[in-house]
Amino acid sequence: MDVKFTREDLMFRDEVRAFFEEEYDFDLAKQVLNDKSDDYKSAIVAWQKKLHKKGWIAPAWPTEYGGSGWTVTQRYIFESERGRLGIPDAIPFGLKMVGPVIYTFGNQQQKERFLPRILSSDDWWCQGYSEPGAGSDLASLQTSAELVGEDYIVNGQKVWTTFAQFADWIFCLVRTSKEIRKQQGISFLLIDMNSPGVTVKPIITIDGKHSLNEVLFDDVKVPIENLIGEQDKGWTYAKALLIHERAGIAEVADSRSSLNSLKAQAAAETSGGAAIIEDPVFQMRLSDIETELMALEYTELRALASMADGGMPGPESSFLKIKGTEIRQAISELALQLVGYYGGALDSNLDPGVLGHDFASQARVNYMYGRAASIYGGSNEVQRNVIAKMVLGV
Amino acid sequence: MNFKLSEEQSMLKESVSRFIRERYDFDMRKEVMKLSEGYSRDCWATFAELGWLSIPFADEYGGLDGTIEDVAVVMEEMGRGIIVEPYIPTVVMFGQLLSLSRNELLKSEYIPKIIDGSCLGAFAFLERQARYEVTDIKTTGTLQGDHYRVNGEKAVVFNGGNADVIAITVRTGGQQCDRHGVTVLLVQSDTPGIETTSYQMMDGQMAANMVFKDVLIPHSNVLGTVDAGTELVEAVIPLVILASSAEALGVMTVLNELTVNYAKTRSQFGTPISSFQVLQHRMVDNFMAVEQSRSMLYRGLCTYADEEAYDQNERLRSLHAMKVVIAKSAKTVGEEAVQIHGGMGMTDDLNIGHYLKRLISITTLFGDADFHQKRFNELSYKT
Repeated sequence: MDVKFTREDLMFRDEVRAFFEEEYDFDLAKQVLNDKSDDYKSAIVAWQKKLHKKGWIAPAWPTEYGGSGWTVTQRYIFESERGRLGIPDAIPFGLKMVGPVIYTFGNQQQKERFLPRILSSDDWWCQGYSEPGAGSDLASLQTSAELVGEDYIVNGQKVWTTFAQFADWIFCLVRTSKEIRKQQGISFLLIDMNSPGVTVKPIITIDGKHSLNEVLFDDVKVPIENLIGEQDKGWTYAKALLIHERAGIAEVADSRSSLNSLKAQAAAETSGGAAIIEDPVFQMRLSDIETELMALEYTELRALASMADGGMPGPESSFLKIKGTEIRQAISELALQLVGYYGGALDSNLDPGVLGHDFASQARVNYMYGRAASIYGGSNEVQRNVIAKMVLGV
Repeated sequence: MNFKLSEEQSMLKESVSRFIRERYDFDMRKEVMKLSEGYSRDCWATFAELGWLSIPFADEYGGLDGTIEDVAVVMEEMGRGIIVEPYIPTVVMFGQLLSLSRNELLKSEYIPKIIDGSCLGAFAFLERQARYEVTDIKTTGTLQGDHYRVNGEKAVVFNGGNADVIAITVRTGGQQCDRHGVTVLLVQSDTPGIETTSYQMMDGQMAANMVFKDVLIPHSNVLGTVDAGTELVEAVIPLVILASSAEALGVMTVLNELTVNYAKTRSQFGTPISSFQVLQHRMVDNFMAVEQSRSMLYRGLCTYADEEAYDQNERLRSLHAMKVVIAKSAKTVGEEAVQIHGGMGMTDDLNIGHYLKRLISITTLFGDADFHQKRFNELSYKT
């Protein structure tokens, strides 16, 4: 057991720190990160392009495909620094989800065609998994793809599709044959969002924002070369992807960053002439969360270290997803509690400072959207079922 | 001992319930929220016609001489429809400040107008730096001749933008957080020097920030006693808390009904999700949480109203305990309703999230669970 940083590690930390401070546009981020407009997209893409140029956009990818080639310690340092400065993670759909599927299960032509544009953020991807009748029970999905000549004809409906409004491509699970076991007969298709017959409809969520969408497919033609791996084997690839999705889902750095902001806000907010952060009850609420986060940080490190030793990510990714989202939700709940009345006010023509609306309004939005964290990516109930089955053997 | 509603209360309950069913379903509520004033004048006129605005006022002003229990009966049903009309700001906050004020001139002028629906009220108690400490007041009232000159700013004044008349707490003596030196004044909202910025809250209620610049308010508009306004405010807060807790009970009851129904009809893995034990147990917990909340509301109503049987300490303990239990229940019931509805619970089109938002606002009103638990501790565990 050894977690000491080497001299190289410390030099790497300084390099990361300097890069973030010089290259990340904190002012722009403040302006656009809260609204989900085209400005948001272009700001994200601009930042991801800087990371790409530096060679840091895909820490987890194998170096032959453009990965950073970092040790576990370096990845930890990068994440810690990112969290410390409150810099958001890269959008995961291309880099953490479909990218790994393509380099693992795709053919040479697909790798050459898609991977560079994922790394450079020239393509924005979204994920076509959930359907109205297939949520936690993903394998009951009904969107169909029928092979006619050299094309699949896709019909059906996907839902809860994050940022479909920005997307150039969607990776989809589709049903290509009706087998007895519903996991069989599912295929993994890459679909150009500009194809005729694709319609995106916004879903406004309880935070009042537009991140989610329905994506409808009406006789959409998808060339057969966009099939990943073999037809009817898509479930295997999807399972591998879900594991990747969960590996990042602990979001320790982001929780650390939110907790730092929360502490700063609690120091600024007052009641009865005293700062809230001096209130022993509020301190207990904070430390309830911070101590859990400290534990999770090491749980994640242990998982990463074991993966670096050649272990495959397994049920521990469910663990990270549950604890990570519970902590994120707990932070958002306490942040909303902190802003009290002032967080309830919707944006108005008041000076944003009057109600603390740079953070009070954001606390409400974060809390509301944060309710989704225990639902998406496999609900926390389903994740507990996975652990019960895979770890406890019950 | 019985916890049954009286015949009059049952009729009142049925009358509000019918209104919500027939005139205030979720789609109609959406239409109301689109109106420029953020509430429906038609609905308000109906409230007046049906006598709901007259409940807690004395007979001599045209009121029904009702009790806070009667108000709670109305509020629980209103919670089922999450109505956005300013019943609490006008009838409970402003109305009860007036009722308890002993200012006979102002009472006879304004109470009849509240009852007939022609006067909306608001209570400007909150300042940005104060959070739940109602005595944390920087707004000043300086006596000049027979007027107070008022300067300062109040935040999140519920119904502030639509109110015809406003009760405001000002500091007439003492330091920023002193109990003593607070005076409650009544002011017409169109008085020169008042600058109002209205906005909507997440639960559809309207609120406003109000800046007072050299606003002159006649000394005859003092509600209660000069410098002893805190006593008046502290007499009204329990009524607001009881009324809004009853509303929370109505909201939670609907959420549990909707959630159980959804779980019975939503099928995953070839079976309704209500067949999963993990969800059954959580829905049972939510059911018990609402029953415990109802018990606490009844305890609060019975204990707070009975000044003969209980001393002040016990009356306050029951109120703080009620706030704690209902706030905790509201959080669990509201968040679990979203969780069990899954992605659907996240959509703005469905009513679930809107009920959750109302619960959060009610929890915040005059102090969250931690605030009231601290007060409860102070009253309970003295050495």
